[in-house]
Amino acid sequence: MGSDDKHLEVTLETQVESVNLAEEMCLRMAEAAGFGEDDCYRIGMSVREGVINAFHYGNQERPEKKIHLAVDLTTDKMIIHVLDEGTGFKLSDVPDPLAEENLLSTSGRGIFLMRAFMDEFDVVPGKTGGAEIVMSKKLPAPGSASANGEGGQSAPQQEA
Amino acid sequence: MSLHATHRDAGKVTVVDLSGRITLGEGSALLRTTIRGLLDDQRTMILLNLADVDYIDSSGIGELVSGFTAVKNRNGELKLLHLTKKVRDLLQITKLFTVFDVFTDEGAALRSFD
Repeated sequence: MGSDDKHLEVTLETQVESVNLAEEMCLRMAEAAGFGEDDCYRIGMSVREGVINAFHYGNQERPEKKIHLAVDLTTDKMIIHVLDEGTGFKLSDVPDPLAEENLLSTSGRGIFLMRAFMDEFDVVPGKTGGAEIVMSKKLPAPGSASANGEGGQSAPQQEA
Repeated sequence: MSLHATHRDAGKVTVVDLSGRITLGEGSALLRTTIRGLLDDQRTMILLNLADVDYIDSSGIGELVSGFTAVKNRNGELKLLHLTKKVRDLLQITKLFTVFDVFTDEGAALRSFD
């Protein structure tokens, strides 16, 4: 990491309130880093979904388990890590929510949204077990349309 | 901002005016109890007015789908009105725009239940 890089690390309780807390913290970092409104929305949503995944699927909503959130702000991107204390999972085992048979499923869209909203996304085995979501968003170029509160690009579209 | 819900009758249709965020926790729970309450009162034609809903997460999407299915299972219809851009984009990328009937005009939405 460079000398200007910033690092935030927090341990969150396995509770619903942690989802809002994580979103709020990352939104403040994203705004301070110069991301525009649309990118902040996408980052905030992705953090929400990452922590919801850890809360519900990883830690099975068990309060004795923790959720570990880390954010690195480098010179060119914001990198977010969400680590749970569950048994881990493989991305290849996650059903496609766009498949006809899953369209009316009431769950299973979190991973899809993180993939859609972030530039890079992966799930790796956590160092102490569990699953670690690693996702990043490239910082906007200074003065670009997507920087500092301007709307910039529209939401990603998928082929119907 | 938490979710607020009020409802009004328009003939056989119940219009539910929602405002705030439909997210994991209270927001999703309120949407669920509102729809289930209407079904318990035999109100099976439901129009959700999302004009003041500017944020939905995957939990909220799941609750919309759950409500849609619950209403359909009672031979009713659940339709959506006045989507904000963020909500419309979200329904488009999740392909749910093709599942729900979505309207931009309340009169047209109400007539569609006939």
